Amino acid sequence: MKDDVVVDARALTRRFGETVAVDALDLRVRRAEIVGMLGHNGAGKTTTVRLLNGVLAATGGSATVLGLDPWRDGVRLRRRTGVATETPAVDDRLTGREGLTFFARIYGVPEVGLARRVDEVLGIFDLVDAADERVGGYSRGMKQRLSLARTLVHGPELLFLDEPTAGLDPVAARALDDQVRTLRASGATVLLCTHNLVQAQALCDRVVVLERGRVVAEGTPAELARALAKGGHVVIDVEAGDSVDPITVLRRVPGLRSVEAHDAIAGDGARRLRMQADDRAAVATAVDALVRANVRVFAVEPEAPGLEDVYFALHERARSVVAPPTPPAAAGVES
Amino acid sequence: MRAIVAKDLTVVRRSKAVMLPLVLVPLVMVLVLPVVASFAPRLAEVPGASDIAQMLDTMPEAMQAQLAPYTNEGRLVVFLLVYLFAPLYLIVPLMVASVIAADTFAGERERKTLEALLHTPTSDTELVVAKLASGFVPAVLVGWASFALYTLVANVAAWPVIGHVFFPTVMWWVLALVVGPGVAAIGLGATVIVSSRVSTFQEAYQVGGVVVLPIVLLVVGQAAGVVFLSTALVAAVGIVFWLLAAVLLVIGVRTLRRGELLARS
Repeated sequence: MKDDVVVDARALTRRFGETVAVDALDLRVRRAEIVGMLGHNGAGKTTTVRLLNGVLAATGGSATVLGLDPWRDGVRLRRRTGVATETPAVDDRLTGREGLTFFARIYGVPEVGLARRVDEVLGIFDLVDAADERVGGYSRGMKQRLSLARTLVHGPELLFLDEPTAGLDPVAARALDDQVRTLRASGATVLLCTHNLVQAQALCDRVVVLERGRVVAEGTPAELARALAKGGHVVIDVEAGDSVDPITVLRRVPGLRSVEAHDAIAGDGARRLRMQADDRAAVATAVDALVRANVRVFAVEPEAPGLEDVYFALHERARSVVAPPTPPAAAGVES
Repeated sequence: MRAIVAKDLTVVRRSKAVMLPLVLVPLVMVLVLPVVASFAPRLAEVPGASDIAQMLDTMPEAMQAQLAPYTNEGRLVVFLLVYLFAPLYLIVPLMVASVIAADTFAGERERKTLEALLHTPTSDTELVVAKLASGFVPAVLVGWASFALYTLVANVAAWPVIGHVFFPTVMWWVLALVVGPGVAAIGLGATVIVSSRVSTFQEAYQVGGVVVLPIVLLVVGQAAGVVFLSTALVAAVGIVFWLLAAVLLVIGVRTLRRGELLARS
């Protein structure tokens, strides 16, 4: 249903002089979806958020966000969105409570109940004890939590989170993930810009990978992994003997792209290796080569490709591609 | 809009670097200067002080006519308190507007809190008006409060010499009510323009400080007997200052559009 589409960007483009920050970006985000936007610094993530929230005008293409034109209806749109910027947003000279109260007022939270709402959000991010201290004395993690609290204080329908876990300790990062899931359960939509691939894989229904302002891949993390993974990684436990080096044996096997010692401990008398094979036949050949070299094989286990594999594969591909890429297929990887 | 002004002024109040000049400069201008001026007649007894009397004789005739009803001591006090210090008073609204504007424009960008504000549902107009009001309103209020205090201190300090309430003159009313706000607007406009080209509060404040030059020229011109700050001239200066302020503000406001601010944040 069209009403279900919260973000609908078509060929959205933003140029800064000769530089194309966002290049004909097509993006559709449905209500209550968590969509991850991945990409290096300068890939166009932050500019995309600025365009979609109507604080920066597009130089090409169009976008509809929550049924509104971001540039023409920016004020109305921004009442319904929340943006956690990369930099902490609350002034160091204010207390946490003052900063939140300021933003609550600007976002139009009614005065009746405003103080209660501020307390509630402070509580969600475990900032009640420090609420009346100046933000200048907060740790980086506390500032980041306050920034997120600010983003949520008015109950937005659409959240743009730009690197929200930067500076957060693992406990706070998990609390944020839980909060994002809770918001989604209440019907909110989240566009998550992140470098944290583990978080993106755990949290996102769908991810979009940006490279030089263009979408180079889009789909669920599993879809992308399947589309990209050819052969994939295999973990293999072998006998830890002195006479034959299994890594040397495996490096002679055709079809193996890489062989390395695995970080994990395999157990008594065993070594754990990680190899990347072109296909299943290469794995069989590798095991056969080990057996022929009198290296005992205890276990062979395929390692499911993760978002990290997808991300780096795409990055490698983008670096090697000279010709401009073609538009991406839905739930697929651009070839 | 009120929320932004209130927040900006809270942030300003909590910075010693910002508050120090905001408190010290008006105190020097409206307390120290008139008290020192009240001792000027005693200086006349010092050898060489007759130069001051000679200097007054070189002043424009219109000014000498204004000083004529007073004794020699009174002439010196009135010259200092009414004429020579008049342009110096303008430093108060100018400085207040410039300091606050530097902190709320360049300072906000320096503290990296600007982008979050741009993502809020304030319109460009609200944002501009709120930011300008944050600098202009306090500058005008501090200027008027300083004028009131100066009036009190000048009359009290000069009483032994003058013997009656002689201040404020019509020229000073025009100065405080028309020229002062105009000078504040000039400081605001200049600082907004400068803030768009520098990255820190200190830079914005220091570079924006060049707008004090016209005031210095008025002081020097009057001390040299070239300029006589009559009510008509002050009114004319007020009109010129407001026109200059309008030009600076129009240029400055162009730098305050969301996209422009964002590009530099």
